[in-house]
Amino acid sequence: MNKSFSILAAAESTHSPVVPQPAEIIVGLVAFTILFLLLRAKAVPKFEAAYKSRTDAIQGGMERAEKAQLEAENALRSYTAQLAEARGEAQKLREEARVEGAEIIEQMRTTAQEEASRITTAARAAIEAERQQALNSLVSEVGSIATALASKIVGESLDDQVRQSRVVERFLSDLESNSEAKK
Amino acid sequence: MSLLLAKAESGFEPPSAADFEFQPIFGNSIYFTKPVFMVFLSVLVISVFFITSARKAAIVPSRMQFAGESVYGFVRKTIGEEVIGPEFMRFMPFLFSLFTFVLVNNLFGIFPLLQFPTMSRIGFPISITICTYLVYHFVSVKHKGLLPYLKEICFMPGIPKPVYLILTPVEIATYFITRPLTLAMRLFANMFAGHLLLLIFTLGGEYLLHGGLIFKFMSIFSFSFAIGLTFFEFGIQCLQAYIFTLLSALYIAGALADEH
Repeated sequence: MNKSFSILAAAESTHSPVVPQPAEIIVGLVAFTILFLLLRAKAVPKFEAAYKSRTDAIQGGMERAEKAQLEAENALRSYTAQLAEARGEAQKLREEARVEGAEIIEQMRTTAQEEASRITTAARAAIEAERQQALNSLVSEVGSIATALASKIVGESLDDQVRQSRVVERFLSDLESNSEAKK
Repeated sequence: MSLLLAKAESGFEPPSAADFEFQPIFGNSIYFTKPVFMVFLSVLVISVFFITSARKAAIVPSRMQFAGESVYGFVRKTIGEEVIGPEFMRFMPFLFSLFTFVLVNNLFGIFPLLQFPTMSRIGFPISITICTYLVYHFVSVKHKGLLPYLKEICFMPGIPKPVYLILTPVEIATYFITRPLTLAMRLFANMFAGHLLLLIFTLGGEYLLHGGLIFKFMSIFSFSFAIGLTFFEFGIQCLQAYIFTLLSALYIAGALADEH
C-alpha cells in the first residue's frame, strides 16, 4: 500500500494528464492550421478535380456509346430499307424482262408464221404458174401431134394392112423420138 | 487494480500518468518534447502523402493516388455527404484535415519506434476541439444570425413554457460546454487508456522476464496479450478518428439545419 501511495504522490508531483499544457494547445492549433491550409490548397481541389473528370469521362463515354448505338440503329434501318427497295426493284425488272421476253417471242412467232405463209403462197403461185404453162404447152403440143397424126393418116391412104401398120409404127417412133428430143 | 497493486508490492512499477510526461529533447523548452515533434511529423507525413497522391489528379489513378482517394472518398462520402448534405463541399477541407490529423496521430501509438499516441496528451485534442467549436458556432451565426441562433438555443421552439426552466440551462450547457468537453475528453481518454493498457502488458512482460523460470514462461502471455491489444488499439484509433470527425460534421450539420 505504501508503494501505491508513493505512485499517487509521484503522479501528483508530475503534471496531471487531464490538465492541458498551453504550449501543446498552441502547437496543436498551429500544426492543425498548417495541415488544413496545405490540404485545402493542394489536396482537396485535386481530388475533387479527379473525381469530377472521372465522372465526366464515364458519363461522356456512356453518352458517346449511346450516340454510336443510335447511329448504328439508324444505319441498319436505312440499309434494310435500301435492301428491300433493291429487292423490289430486281423483282420489277425480272417481271418486266419476262413480259418483254414473252412479247419478243410472240412477235418472232408471228413474223415466222407470216414468212412461212408468204413462202407457201409464193410456192403455190409458182406451182400454179408452171402447171398452167405445162398445160398450155401440152394443149398446143397435143393439138399439133393430133393434127400431124391425122394428116399422116389422111395422107397415106390406108391401102393395105402393111402400110397402115408401118405408118402407125413410124408415127409412134416419131412421137417417141420427138418426146425424147423434147426431154 | 488489486492485481496491479499486488505486483507493485513485489517490486513492479506499474505505468502511470508519469509515463506520459516527456522531457524536452533539447534545451528545456516545452516546445521541443516528443509529442510536439510527433504532431509536426504527422503534419509533414499527411501533407506529403496526400499532396503527392493528389498531384496528378489522373482519371485512371496510380496506386498511390488510389490510396489517397480512398481515404478522401471515405471522408467525403460517409462523413461529408451523408451527414452534412448538399452543402458539404465547403467543409471537406476541414473534415478531411481533421480526420487525417487525428488518425495519423492516433496511429503513432502503435507505430514502431514512435509508439506514443499524440492525442493522449490532452492539449492536442483540445486544440482541434477548439477548431470544431469555433467552426460550428461560426457557421450557426453566419447561417442564422447571432440573435436567432442564441434564441434557438435558449428557447427551443415548440416546447411548453415551463419546460424552459430545465431545458434552457441544459441546452446552453450542451452547446457551450458538454459538446467540446466530451469531444476532447473522448479522444484523449481513449488514447490515454489504450496506451496505458499497452504499457502495462509490455512492461509487465518485461518485468516477468527478470523473474524465475515460471515468470519467464508467464511473460509470453503478457507479451502476446500486448500484441493482441495492439491490433485492438488499431481498431480503436481508427474508430476514434472517425467518431471525432463524424461528431464535428454532425455539429456543423446542426448549425446548417433550419429547425432544431
